[in-house]
Amino acid sequence: MTGDLPRYVPHTPDDVREMLATIGVPGLDALFACVPEKLRLGRALDLPRAASEQEVAGELAALAARNASAETHPWFLGAGIYAHYVPAAVHALASRAEFYTAYTPYQPEISQGTLQTIFEWQTMICALSGLDVANASLYDGASAAAEAVLLALRATRRSRVVVAHGLHPHYGEVLKSYLRALDTRLEWLPCAPDGRSVPVAPALDGDTACVVVQSPSFLGPVQDLRAAAEAAHACGALLVVVVTEPLSLAMLRAPGELGADVVCGEAQSFGVPASFGGPALGFLATRERFLRQLPGRLCGETVDSRGRRGFVLTLATREQHIRREKATSNICTNQGLCLLYATIYLSLLGRRGLRKLARLNYAKAEYLKSRVRATRGLTLPLAAPGFHEVVVGVPDTGAAALARALEAGIVGGLDLAPYEPGLGPALLVCTTELATRASIDRLVERLAA
Amino acid sequence: MLFERSRPGRTGYSLPDPDVPDADPAAAFDAEQLRDDLPGLPELSEVEVVRHFTRLSTWNAAVDLGLYPLGSCTMKYNPKINEALARLPGFAAAHPLQPPALAQGFLELCWRLERALAEVSGMDRVTLQPAAGAQGELAGIMMIRAYHEQRGERRSLVLVPDSAHGTNPASAALNDYRVVSIPSGRDGILHPDAVAAAMTPEVAALMITNPNTLGLFETHIAEICEIVHARGGLVYGDGANLNALLGIARPGDLGIDVMHFNLHKTFSTPHGGGGPGAGPVGVKNLLAPYLPVPVVRRLEGSEGTGFTLDYQFPRSIGRLHAHFGNAAMFVRAWAYLRSLGPDGLRRCAEMAVLNANYLLARLRGEWHVPIDRPVMHECVLSDQALKATGVTTLDVAKRLIDYGYHPPTVYFPLIVAGALMIEPTESEPREGLDQFVAALSAIAAEARSDPDRVRTAPHRTRHGRLDETRAARRPVLRWQPERPAGS
Repeated sequence: MTGDLPRYVPHTPDDVREMLATIGVPGLDALFACVPEKLRLGRALDLPRAASEQEVAGELAALAARNASAETHPWFLGAGIYAHYVPAAVHALASRAEFYTAYTPYQPEISQGTLQTIFEWQTMICALSGLDVANASLYDGASAAAEAVLLALRATRRSRVVVAHGLHPHYGEVLKSYLRALDTRLEWLPCAPDGRSVPVAPALDGDTACVVVQSPSFLGPVQDLRAAAEAAHACGALLVVVVTEPLSLAMLRAPGELGADVVCGEAQSFGVPASFGGPALGFLATRERFLRQLPGRLCGETVDSRGRRGFVLTLATREQHIRREKATSNICTNQGLCLLYATIYLSLLGRRGLRKLARLNYAKAEYLKSRVRATRGLTLPLAAPGFHEVVVGVPDTGAAALARALEAGIVGGLDLAPYEPGLGPALLVCTTELATRASIDRLVERLAA
Repeated sequence: MLFERSRPGRTGYSLPDPDVPDADPAAAFDAEQLRDDLPGLPELSEVEVVRHFTRLSTWNAAVDLGLYPLGSCTMKYNPKINEALARLPGFAAAHPLQPPALAQGFLELCWRLERALAEVSGMDRVTLQPAAGAQGELAGIMMIRAYHEQRGERRSLVLVPDSAHGTNPASAALNDYRVVSIPSGRDGILHPDAVAAAMTPEVAALMITNPNTLGLFETHIAEICEIVHARGGLVYGDGANLNALLGIARPGDLGIDVMHFNLHKTFSTPHGGGGPGAGPVGVKNLLAPYLPVPVVRRLEGSEGTGFTLDYQFPRSIGRLHAHFGNAAMFVRAWAYLRSLGPDGLRRCAEMAVLNANYLLARLRGEWHVPIDRPVMHECVLSDQALKATGVTTLDVAKRLIDYGYHPPTVYFPLIVAGALMIEPTESEPREGLDQFVAALSAIAAEARSDPDRVRTAPHRTRHGRLDETRAARRPVLRWQPERPAGS
């Protein structure tokens, strides 16, 4: 190649010449002698020419500027990915190169920073879920839910999966994809008019591996987990609880205490950038007796040769490294950087801060509901209580209502028409701590007009 | 430990005064549904949290601190501009469900990256959705399964060479395929006769990594693909080692039907202590109908301009991610591609291969090289030359830590006993390689003169060798207040 060296490659022409001489080959081409001539590309790749750092920065800034976000608009869109305020310390710490340029901690003596963070994360997820063991994260909430179901299928050796209405529709699609090749039956339960799932008992039988319930559901209502657990356990099935807004767990009783056997979902809410939906942070916790069925990585405490406490990846025999086709799952990664964000975030908020924040999110949603009740043309079709996400019935169509909000510069929520046509024209509206009273007032006004 | 530093009453976060009336959840919920307290979370001030995680960071090895020559994992430099761009609010704060009209920048970036990856790989179409290489494998095998089913064929086997990544068999098994292992030749590569012998009408696919996990180019790849295709099978390419081929050869031109890319390995997105990865998948046209949805599409003609999301794929395998995959990684990968251009990408492959062969040339005298052939981007040594000293690969790895290096990958690939797999990558300067050779040489000398020094390493780290057996026998997976702190 001609011109300047690429800035990420240090070799000068002299380096290259001397290294080739050490190897004993005449030129760079000779290094590729093992690639048969007829298999070579024989031309340059058809890609834009190399750009300077300044040009790259300019081009990408221009692309970024063409995306709306919670930083440019009052924002009421949630549905599984949530806009929360993230303390500056989260970014500052997670941006340390010792964290983000490290690999999977295969050499524990020089990976204690990553390993201890994972251990602390596992501890926090156990506390929030009310369960005994948690893994070191999965790709996202949807694949975590699919892995939870696979766990239940393995643990019970049964083949039927019953999903309560209100599972995030995209999670349902991912579940279908994951189960497509396996000999299983996937069935959906309807929900009651108030937004809570119908009692599950009549739908279950001795072939049911698990009942999957999302709470708060995709449409907002908190579900009766105790009843679901009793029905599932009565026929020997597991209760899998999916949580897409784990901040709700600071206000609601831990699902594990209500009988859930697996709690899984998406933890992006805890300080992880929304980033168009990814990378996200799947979490999965379960009871001790399913430990060896738990997919993904686990970090365990141990001691070193000098007797000091330390941490290692453990129980890897469930992983793909050793038994290969008998592996519990094909996962060979975790969302290390995302769980770092979340662990720092939860450390900063802590025992009291997280509860206060949850209560504030709840209060904002209750305020929105009070405004909706007082506004002609808007309705609250689902009566069951929720956390910070509300279905709002609108007069014409969801799309028209969102367009009116956008004219006022507001991203007003999710049009439910493609997801829940039976509800009539309706939006899913989310209020986090970022929603101000004034923006809620303005939104309600625009949705009704 | 965070939880041990906790003191009641501290917090590292402040909230604005509420501008709406407080609402008591007890008014709407039964007491049983509400939580009274959250004792499992710590109570710390901001400065304590900052010091805690800053301290933890200093206990990690990282690419920015030095050579991290993990074979098959590809730990190359992560350019700083990539990080800065991924943090732009227009990317970092964008929501996946916002209307396409409000996400044109992201959709255009996805579209450009898809096209660039297709060009680099010689594939026709690319999906960015899989969240990691292993999920990409899963997607690829799902598409292969859908393809055969669409043709009314029920094939039950997948062929996987014995040198494959461990995820390959697991991905096949998750799709209800039985895995048949096929042996590599004594020269470390796969031979057409071995594939022909295993290739029955029951075989849905061959999964092959090229360059393979010994760092060798599969010279017979074209002929092998022809054999598989002739019997109605498809070929899956594990793209983990694509960095060696950038601008040199394209999997799609070699006969591969579907492959995944590891953006973190080839396109410099960070590994983050184990993730996030990103595992886009490229396919030839015959598999395009099965791509996961949604697919980014550029509007044409009367449709207007810009980009939209297309769900009209009736034969799609469906969704694998709640949204589009690890989109922040797409920003980094695109910035890297854009920074290097066609010449720069080829230069990366050349320098990665130069570095690996240079290391092999410098190490060949003192270390045993199980299959001594010109390599691509990585080379494999073994501990056989140290047999008499009692020093093993694991000991060498731990001693390298004392010399300031993250060890290479150890005991992989499985087909080499005592393997030490070294991948220097293109971003390592020659001086760094020379110093690494000197360290390995010093360790070889120590193994002969003072083997115990090597066998008990590391000596200079905060922790000595950790007891992994104890961790597995008596799993302690969370901190609990009732347990005594530390030992």
